[in-house]
Amino acid sequence: MAEAAHGQQHPLKIYFVIWALLFVLSAFSYFTDFLDHGPLRWGLILLFMFLKAGFIVAIFMHMAWERLALIYAILGPPVLLLFLIGLMAVEGDYTEVIRLDSFSAPIVPESAH
Amino acid sequence: MTAAEARAGAWRSISDDWSADKQTFHVPWGKAMMWIFLLSDTFIFTCFLVSYMNVRISTPVPWPNPSEVFALTLFGIYMPLVLIAIMTFVLITSSGTMALAVNYGYRGDRGRAAALMLITAAFGATFVGMQAFEWSKLIEEGVRPWTNPFGAQQFGASFFMITGFHGLHVSAGVIYLVIVALKVLRGDYERGGGNYEIVEIAGLYWHFVDLVWVFIFAFFYLW
Repeated sequence: MAEAAHGQQHPLKIYFVIWALLFVLSAFSYFTDFLDHGPLRWGLILLFMFLKAGFIVAIFMHMAWERLALIYAILGPPVLLLFLIGLMAVEGDYTEVIRLDSFSAPIVPESAH
Repeated sequence: MTAAEARAGAWRSISDDWSADKQTFHVPWGKAMMWIFLLSDTFIFTCFLVSYMNVRISTPVPWPNPSEVFALTLFGIYMPLVLIAIMTFVLITSSGTMALAVNYGYRGDRGRAAALMLITAAFGATFVGMQAFEWSKLIEEGVRPWTNPFGAQQFGASFFMITGFHGLHVSAGVIYLVIVALKVLRGDYERGGGNYEIVEIAGLYWHFVDLVWVFIFAFFYLW
């Protein structure tokens, strides 16, 4: 843990390896655009996204060498965002149903009220 | 040491760091503050992406296909999403040069560190320039925050807000990097005993900008 106190000094090689890896992963992400919309495409988009994000945070931002107190303080809170994402996805579905129901349903005659 | 013991030791380090009535994070204060700022920025960008997800799910009108909207015809060849792909590679290249700058900074190689930071800033400026081109192209085609000719109206608002806020971050990063690079070059940090943490802190910000782009690329352009 001494390196955390004395600055992040690592061999250059690891940066070049990660750099090349990010290029390859970006190329892969770009090629997902040629797939049809569906679980395979979405799965690959997410896979390459998380791999790229992970390498950037772990190696380029040196998170892999920090102490756990800092890692959890920074990476823990964003987990809560999963709830926001889930809630807003449900809310979005609900809004769409309401819109389809209210805006595209046949007009109810006045006498029905 | 077994894996279980290593895990116990890791947890022990957390309780030690938080309970010792002293500095919790054993990093320079500037770095801790940058991380906390980036954490808050994560929430802001997530709010933008979540609101984009929400409007895209909730609209009954088909969403414009980004693959076609951002396609270009270069040298007579139709290429979907090509400008965005180039922008992605420009940003990743700049992240690489930034990582090298941090490394040379800690080695005390002022010249190389400053030069690599300026190269990083130049890539950042290139990225913003390409974004300006992309914005003008879409505006010319009639994309506005409230309407567009391709499909769901919310597309424009999401696009301008998300890429605009990200572009603002890149622009601020370019200015930040140039300032720090000039200070490194001038030898300002030699007075503090040759401490080049500032390069790493500026690097954290820059890598974060790249990180945000990874998510924007996946969710806005590819999804």
